[in-house]
Amino acid sequence: MTERIGAYVHIPFCSAVCPYCDFAVVAGRDDQLERYLAAVVLEIRRDRPWKPLDSIYFGGGTPSRMPPSMLGEIISALAEHHGIASGAEISLEANPEDFDDSTGDALVESGFNRISFGAQSFDNNILLQLGRRHDANQISRAVDTARTAGFENVSIDLIYGTPGETDRSWLATLDHAVACGPDHVSCYALTVEPGTPLGREVKAGAPAPDADVQADRFEMADRVLGSAGLSRYEVSNWARPGRECVYNSTVWAQGEYVAYGNSAHRFRDRVRSRNLSRLDGYLAAVEEGRPAVAAEETALVGAELEIDRLFVGLRRSIGADAGSGGRVLLESPDGERLLAAGVISVTDRWIRVDRPLLTDEVLRSVLALDPGSIERAMTVEHREIPDNVLGNA
Amino acid sequence: MQIIQSRIRNFSIIAHIDHGKSTLADRLLQRTGAVADRDMKEQILDSMDLERERGITIKAQTVRLSYKARDGHEYILNLIDTPGHVDFSYEVSRSLAACEGALLLTDAAQGVQAQTLANAYMAIDAGLEVIPAINKIDLPAADPGRVAEEIVNIIGGDADDVVRLSAKTGEGVDDLLEVLVESVPPPGGDASAPLRALIFDSYYDAYRGVVCHVRVVDGVLNAGQKVRFMATAENHEATEIGVLTPGVKALKTLGVGEVGYLITGIKEIDRVRVGDTVTDASVRAAEPLPGYDEPKPMVYSGMFPTDGADFEKLRDALEKLRLNDASLVYEPETSKALGFGFRCGFLGLLHMEIVRERLEREYDLDLVATAPSVAYQVTKTDGSIVEIKSPQDLPDPTDRQSISEPYVRAMILTPTEYVGPIMELVTNRRGEVGNMNYLSSERVELDYKIPLGEVVFDFFDLLKSKTKGYASLDYEPAGYRVSNLVKVDILLNGQPVDAFSAVVHRDKAEDYGKTMTGRLRKLIPRQLFDVPIQAAIGGKIISRETVKATRKDVTAKCYGGDISRKKKLLQRQKEGKKRMKMVGSVEVPQEAFVAALRVDDD
Repeated sequence: MTERIGAYVHIPFCSAVCPYCDFAVVAGRDDQLERYLAAVVLEIRRDRPWKPLDSIYFGGGTPSRMPPSMLGEIISALAEHHGIASGAEISLEANPEDFDDSTGDALVESGFNRISFGAQSFDNNILLQLGRRHDANQISRAVDTARTAGFENVSIDLIYGTPGETDRSWLATLDHAVACGPDHVSCYALTVEPGTPLGREVKAGAPAPDADVQADRFEMADRVLGSAGLSRYEVSNWARPGRECVYNSTVWAQGEYVAYGNSAHRFRDRVRSRNLSRLDGYLAAVEEGRPAVAAEETALVGAELEIDRLFVGLRRSIGADAGSGGRVLLESPDGERLLAAGVISVTDRWIRVDRPLLTDEVLRSVLALDPGSIERAMTVEHREIPDNVLGNA
Repeated sequence: MQIIQSRIRNFSIIAHIDHGKSTLADRLLQRTGAVADRDMKEQILDSMDLERERGITIKAQTVRLSYKARDGHEYILNLIDTPGHVDFSYEVSRSLAACEGALLLTDAAQGVQAQTLANAYMAIDAGLEVIPAINKIDLPAADPGRVAEEIVNIIGGDADDVVRLSAKTGEGVDDLLEVLVESVPPPGGDASAPLRALIFDSYYDAYRGVVCHVRVVDGVLNAGQKVRFMATAENHEATEIGVLTPGVKALKTLGVGEVGYLITGIKEIDRVRVGDTVTDASVRAAEPLPGYDEPKPMVYSGMFPTDGADFEKLRDALEKLRLNDASLVYEPETSKALGFGFRCGFLGLLHMEIVRERLEREYDLDLVATAPSVAYQVTKTDGSIVEIKSPQDLPDPTDRQSISEPYVRAMILTPTEYVGPIMELVTNRRGEVGNMNYLSSERVELDYKIPLGEVVFDFFDLLKSKTKGYASLDYEPAGYRVSNLVKVDILLNGQPVDAFSAVVHRDKAEDYGKTMTGRLRKLIPRQLFDVPIQAAIGGKIISRETVKATRKDVTAKCYGGDISRKKKLLQRQKEGKKRMKMVGSVEVPQEAFVAALRVDDD
């Protein structure tokens, strides 16, 4: 568990909803921006003050739908309430079409130092198919604009495996992305989520993404981005050394984070909880002085905390400290099978997933670990540590 | 009341399923006043059957009726029920041994069916008076004239003498009763001879222990009498005797020729042998009555609990089922693929399905059943002969001289237009075409010899589909013949899966191998590595498929907002995987065992 802490702010507004998206988003509700801002600021102020934040992440939705000055007010509220550590990463998800010279400058002015563009593809046909509202040229321009404005940390999101995409088209997209000189790239396999327009189309017989094709595309991405100096540090994320997303790295290191806005999820005092999903419900709750929390798990302790640590940690390329959970896994039939198939490996008490495309198979085994065995392994571990090391804590 | 031997009529009804046996039984109960009109419900005997299944009430498969005939005398009619399905024909033979007459009931529209025919022959062979009757004459499609011709062609006699009735409307039922009284001979037997009573059926009642159905052949059976079971050589007291009317009616005496029940306080069904003779403990009969052949299982299958921890539960369940189904046999079996289970023997596929369904439904077991197999006789090189009930037990080719397989004589009744497709099917199943016997210009009886192994899978289904459901089938064992048989093994990732091994004819081995590997390729999910699926005879691979390794099994996004949801999703997926059996290092879904062994149209 890392000591670094983060903050997540959800901005649900979009100009239109993409057919594959299953996040809590709204389109055509921009009239609610002011009201939403007020609610988020109120939610921050009512929260228990913490310690200076090491990272702040604005996700969505399309956070760039909110004017920079309003986003700045949220950052100020966080600074006043919790404090912001010096050198903290303050990141914004943005759509290329929302971005011009004045936006870039204003965002830097508001305190942002990292921007992540929802590029998705440099193939205009694929962009159209994905229901995106920008073209390839706008992406490159937006990245240039961000650089000019002073952003030293720029990321690009891409989607692969859209039916109709070819190896050539994907390689061209990767080349274009590399040509933009990003510090960070996220590549996501297009996922058909039930309940989305894409989900309904596929159910009605439209072509679905092919897992084997997506595996090929992943390997292409890893090759192209790797030769461009971007190393993969998580299943879907590549970065130049030192440019790994601080906020997400905190999450994967089982670090804690506060969260504000509708549908926002937090992890604080070892409790995972989430806010009301729907915009209107969230606004009403905050305005009426009711809690915005919709669901709260019990605090993670013992084996559960250990399983959670491996669950979030093993998606990283560095893997996770084996710990007691890892040792139980390695001794289980599942663990033996995964080792034998070369899916995982162990070096110096660290477990790594060597075949990242099979991570879910590993995580299912982690979730199925017997809590009793982990608790016993933990007791043994404690006994092995000399008393003087444990101190008086 | 003293029962006069000459006024007793013991008879069975032989009928095909749906030809109206139950309705006729209802009508007879009502007509003779055994059941008051106001208490009459549909299919009284069947509804009691259900109760019997739960082990709480009497099996009402025999019922005593009293009927005042037109001659002014009161007659005792004992109706002894018979099951209709081919799997249970041995039960028919038992019932027939307690009767002097059999009512051959035929549907006026459908005509004679194979099982009816087989049972009618059985009745004739047993020396019974067969009384033909045509039911459902009220149906618009009824053609009693044609059906009467068919019947007469089989059992002889005059078509005009065939009773025509409608159990539904009651028309002709009185005539039938008169014919029964006139034509069924009264029971013979010597009232003054030492007691000899035939146990023709038995069942287990949770409250009263084992209840025997008996037919008094000689002498008299009295309540409280010390009796001896001749085959098991055990003495017991006849604590209760009586008849079913259909309610239980305890009596002091069952006289010669009478049919009733006997309770002795025996609690273990295994201690009563159906076919045994009950005599007096001190005045013993010199010779027992001719008994029955033990019903021999025709089909074997391994039953394994999905969860290995349920093995004891399965053993208990089988023990309980056997209490009322002596024909079910089983012995422990160990499978490398499926763990610990039981090799079970069944009378046929229907019997197997019933047992399996009861185990799953009534005993809450989740089972995997292996491919049904027949018993082979293997002559080893040293000349000894062993019986093989499971393909795994087949001796190595170097240790055996030959393999013999059981054949059956299959009798198929069909409209003449389907003879072509049926002959094709039979030939395809290595059958030997025999006699054709025209029952009428439209219906024909075909007499074939077919290997049982070819019949037990899907033969009946295919027969039905090729004849639009019009053909019917009955079969009886017809000895063993040496055949060119081989064992085909199915290997997953190089390891033989015993559950999929089968003994098949050499000419069909490639087909079997190809079908199984093809099916398994579709049924086995992709694994962490390539899984070769091979079919082999000994060391020779005859067919091969590969399940390619999974390449991608990962969620694209798992950020701060996704963790709880993804955890739940993956946990659910893991639960789903619990229904997998590990075969070596390969995960095989339960359904794959069932689906791979299912015979379908591919």
